[in-house]
Amino acid sequence: MTDAARDGLITGIGIVSCLGEGPDAHWQKLMAGETVVDATSFAPYPVHPLTPLDFDKQIPKKGDQRQMEPWQRIGTYAAGLALDSAGIKGNADVLSHTDMIVAAGGGERDLAADSGIMSALPTAANRDALLNEKLMSDLRPTLFLAQLSNLLAGNISIVHNVTGSSRTFMGEESSGIDALRIALARINAGQAEVALAGGSYSAERKDQLMLYAFGDMLLKGEEAPVWARGPKGGLVMGSLGAFLVIESRAHAQARNAKAFAKLSAVMADRSSRQGDPVAPSLRAMWSKIAPGVKAGGAAILSGAAGAEPATSGERAFLNEHPDIPVRATGSYIGHAMEPSFPMNVALAALALNHGKLFPPRDTTGFEKPMAGSLTQVAVTGVGYWRGEGLALLETA
Amino acid sequence: MAIPRDRQGRPIVVVTGIGVVTSLGAGKDDNWRKLTAGESGIHSITRFPTEGLRTTVAGTVDFVPVEEMSAPRMSERLAEIAAEEAVAQSGIGSRGNFPGPLFLAVAPVEIEWSQRMEVAKAAGANGTITYDDLLRVSAQFPNYHDRFMFGSIADRLAGIFGTQGSPISLSTACASGASAIQLGVEAIRRGETDAALCIGADGSVNAESLIRFSLLSALSTQNDPPQAAAKPFSKNRDGFVMAEGAGALVLESLEAAQARGAKILGVLAGCGEMADSFHRTRSSPDGKPIIGAINNALEDAGLTPDDIGYINPHGTGTPENDKMEALGVMNVFGERAKSIPMSSNKSMIGHTLSAAGAVEAAFTLLTLANGRLPPTINYAVPDPAIPLDVVPNAARDADVKYAISNSFGFGGQNVSLVLAREPA
Repeated sequence: MTDAARDGLITGIGIVSCLGEGPDAHWQKLMAGETVVDATSFAPYPVHPLTPLDFDKQIPKKGDQRQMEPWQRIGTYAAGLALDSAGIKGNADVLSHTDMIVAAGGGERDLAADSGIMSALPTAANRDALLNEKLMSDLRPTLFLAQLSNLLAGNISIVHNVTGSSRTFMGEESSGIDALRIALARINAGQAEVALAGGSYSAERKDQLMLYAFGDMLLKGEEAPVWARGPKGGLVMGSLGAFLVIESRAHAQARNAKAFAKLSAVMADRSSRQGDPVAPSLRAMWSKIAPGVKAGGAAILSGAAGAEPATSGERAFLNEHPDIPVRATGSYIGHAMEPSFPMNVALAALALNHGKLFPPRDTTGFEKPMAGSLTQVAVTGVGYWRGEGLALLETA
Repeated sequence: MAIPRDRQGRPIVVVTGIGVVTSLGAGKDDNWRKLTAGESGIHSITRFPTEGLRTTVAGTVDFVPVEEMSAPRMSERLAEIAAEEAVAQSGIGSRGNFPGPLFLAVAPVEIEWSQRMEVAKAAGANGTITYDDLLRVSAQFPNYHDRFMFGSIADRLAGIFGTQGSPISLSTACASGASAIQLGVEAIRRGETDAALCIGADGSVNAESLIRFSLLSALSTQNDPPQAAAKPFSKNRDGFVMAEGAGALVLESLEAAQARGAKILGVLAGCGEMADSFHRTRSSPDGKPIIGAINNALEDAGLTPDDIGYINPHGTGTPENDKMEALGVMNVFGERAKSIPMSSNKSMIGHTLSAAGAVEAAFTLLTLANGRLPPTINYAVPDPAIPLDVVPNAARDADVKYAISNSFGFGGQNVSLVLAREPA
């Protein structure tokens, strides 16, 4: 086991979502049981829109902002908030050995350019030649960089000067789970001292929504809390950015950093998703932390996506722990793929820091109130399609 | 017997399986023979019409048939071919049950024009077609969902090879293959696993991806003859040549490999990285991040610059990369830099992008094991600013114990690996 000096502490939180910017805004809205939904812009699909941000505050150069598509701006902004929160923004010494792991999708398109090409090709005499010609003339040369997955990390290096290392994981929810898992494992093992890990997602994009519309995965019509989406279920996507500064206790103490919470464990798995795999996968991971979980002070933040059968599978697992209150964060902020798990771990750290759980936003009665003080939070991350994860956070 | 550890007390990480596929062919034997003969795999593109394009050559892998062609489909197939070879050579585990995690370096996944136009056609709109039209009919294409998830390639490979736990798909742009290997090394050193399957794969040469690099002026436009387009370290170098391929390594702790009597093919002695905050596509003019990545790798391996006998450079053939890489190498190795052979595989196989770090680590291991240095071909006009031994145009023998493989990428990515012929 790791000694206490190698514990991974969460010393910085940078979050933006429909609920607002930063820990305080999020806590207020969570305690009020509020969410924000845009039901019209992408109808029939409701989405949780990003709170309005003044990007200049974290990305001072307009030239940098212009080089990014929205998901990169959201992520670079959230990363800056996390560094501020940890008190290491602009600290060249710490940033030069800060190891970055970013969970990223990417591929945001130039919708107008695509539309022009789609409209022109069907009537062209030589479609291939026209495609080449239009791409050569209509694509902005730097658009590629705003689409590339690893350029969120690249932009964070440029804007915030994080230069220890830079790795980008891809693959929907699992990428966010693995980003935290690898960051923590490296800190626990002494391979790293301080990590910046997280990601971002822009839901308010037709090109991105299309990927999930292919699978008929999106909820249509009115937004509903995660547990109230009926047998077919459905995703309600949310724009958000979430970054954490995780550091060894030794490193945090040496610079007198205050911790939101201790990240005690992060696990990930991939079940085949044949038959009924989600509950057994969660059960197997849970068995590794169960001996340390004390009923009464513990809660579960569920990252349930709302899609079926993943969410029913997770619910079967949660039903085995009726004494532990559950909150599905998707009912407040929506689902965001890559950054979902980092966001939920951030919200868990925030709740631990406040010593209490926020109230349910659930019309089914599944989520129970919790009155006592909160000392442990388990965070589930069940991919809507693939991958499962589980984290345990405890009072630092 | 004492448990074998490195100088820092960590498990020693060895290679027990190597697989590779490039435009030169499938399998390490075929590749090695052509690589040391100075053959090029670069050719004129036939996969798609190149009318109106400035660059019309690439190192596509045309001998691997795939149905419903797309970059993720091709990348998956190339990864599978390389991994099959590596796993079979290592003899580890059993069929469909690899006893360790998968780390897959792969190009970001996205739907392409053929699919986009299929959806547009189904929308049946006249005149202007928008994403609203596409969204209206998207649910008619469930296969596109499964194909174009970012995690779909790693998910399928994890299923085929039966790797353990959550497979990690990663991108550090053109350093991705090296990062996949680094993640495997770290997992074994942490004691989480005795083995890891590390793959870099890229099958993403299509019109839009080529045009993207073209618009950034990154590609060679000297299309005739195609085999002469990639000219790393030459004064007349004018860009890289896009290419496809895959490299796979089975990594194991020395202890586990010895316990099962596996043949040791080489050692992953050290990994180093450093991010560059200077610019999205250009290196810091002082070369500090490149120098830092190489020095970090040497330090991680417990070696000094004097121990290194060969460098497998990133060596893309762009004016910028080769200049900055040479600057970094001359800074780290000083006067000795001029006498350390440094040959670019990319002169023959092109730039395999996300796969490059893994493909070139595989070739570096073969270089150490065979005691023969593949050349840098197309080296006709030396660049006086790069006074290095690039093993010009012809392979030669060399007895090398330790080598470095460099990989750099857009977004400030810099990774160096130190490979050793045998455990210290």
